[in-house]
Amino acid sequence: MSLEIRVRKKLKYFEIDLDFSCPDDHLLVMIGPSGGGKTTLIRMVAGLESPDAGRIAYRGETWFDSERKVDLPPQKRRLGYVFQEYTLFPHLSLYENAAFAAADRAEVGNLFVRFGIDHLRGRKPHQVSGGERQRCALCQALARRPRLLLLDEPFSALDVVTRRCLREAVKGLREGLTCPILYVTHDINEALFLADEMLPIVEGRIDRGWMQRTIAPIPDSEEAPPRATRQPRLALVY
Amino acid sequence: MDWQPFYVTLKLAVATTGLLIVLAAPLAYFLAYARFPGKSMIEALVNLPLALPPTVIGFYLVVVMGPKGAAGRVWEALTGGSLLFTFLGIVIASTLYSLPFAVQPLKAAFQRIDRRLMESAYILGLSRKATFLRVIIPNSVSGIAAAAILVFLHCMGAFGVLLMVGGSLPGETKVASIAIYEAVEAMKYREAGLMSLCFIPISYAFLLLVNRLNRGA
Repeated sequence: MSLEIRVRKKLKYFEIDLDFSCPDDHLLVMIGPSGGGKTTLIRMVAGLESPDAGRIAYRGETWFDSERKVDLPPQKRRLGYVFQEYTLFPHLSLYENAAFAAADRAEVGNLFVRFGIDHLRGRKPHQVSGGERQRCALCQALARRPRLLLLDEPFSALDVVTRRCLREAVKGLREGLTCPILYVTHDINEALFLADEMLPIVEGRIDRGWMQRTIAPIPDSEEAPPRATRQPRLALVY
Repeated sequence: MDWQPFYVTLKLAVATTGLLIVLAAPLAYFLAYARFPGKSMIEALVNLPLALPPTVIGFYLVVVMGPKGAAGRVWEALTGGSLLFTFLGIVIASTLYSLPFAVQPLKAAFQRIDRRLMESAYILGLSRKATFLRVIIPNSVSGIAAAAILVFLHCMGAFGVLLMVGGSLPGETKVASIAIYEAVEAMKYREAGLMSLCFIPISYAFLLLVNRLNRGA
């Protein structure tokens, strides 16, 4: 197992208490209701927040260990992180953004071609669409040759069509990539489409039954509401 | 009309502005992001020149920079000269006097920056210092410009502090505001009026510029 995580952290309304691992070249989707601690978990893996207790290790290298007082700063973890909303640097062009921390600047051009934003190299982030910004953010994260890729609801601020497109792009990305990917979403379709493994997180804990409860129809109560007023529970369209 | 006091004022304002932006930026960064007990004490201390009468600041500077003060003695041992009644002396005085005018707008500009941008930079491997230089500074250009203009204007108007520390040596420490005062003292109202008139369009234009910069941010 290449990524091992065992963390506890007290939040305002509940406690995060998780213990799981993720093998190399696996895409692990963390799913669950909003405010369930998924983003906090990702931020702890990134080193932006510290757990109260526990251990985070990657391929034998300890990133965090409360007992041995190890807490590697985010700079030294060498990972790629794409936030929910674009966090490109507003003063730089898309190309400069992606090349900002690139291991090899020559790679950036290839990534831009692959993600279909090569014609936008010179534009500033506010001059392109949200989808294009997120593509660029992915390029920025990948150009760093990360050891681990963290995607925190990267496409949830986008419209459905763009989101579907980018989902495909992430799926395509998997082939050439050997690092584990942690992917946070609250969209079940997205999770089913992308995941090698799913980790439902509810109020800070792994809750394997959550998917079942969410997808399954309501147990027949009095009488089923007319078809038109029922919400589709799971739309199997990608 | 004698233009020399204007030249000294300009030189003083440019020197102070340059010096102060470089000095105040790290301090403003520290005040914007650091969290520690007693921070409000430090902030109040930085703002103190705003609340003190300029002559009080001037008095303490005279004490410290004078031949018996700590700074004065060190300076004399190093160079053999005095800090009082020199151009360098009034640069130091106006730097201290204008400190809050640089720190406040810079701090506000730094605080406007999305925290996630900084986190993103850390994750991309940038140290705190590199993040400050490569991300925070380029994204607060208009705040920095606003701070620079405020300091510049404030320096042009300085009077009491400069009179205490620098006296009124023509070409060295006699700035325009002091020249106007002396002209009035000598009953040369025409000269004082002309010099005063020069200030109005300059100050007005700079304030318009500050407004524009603040709107842009």
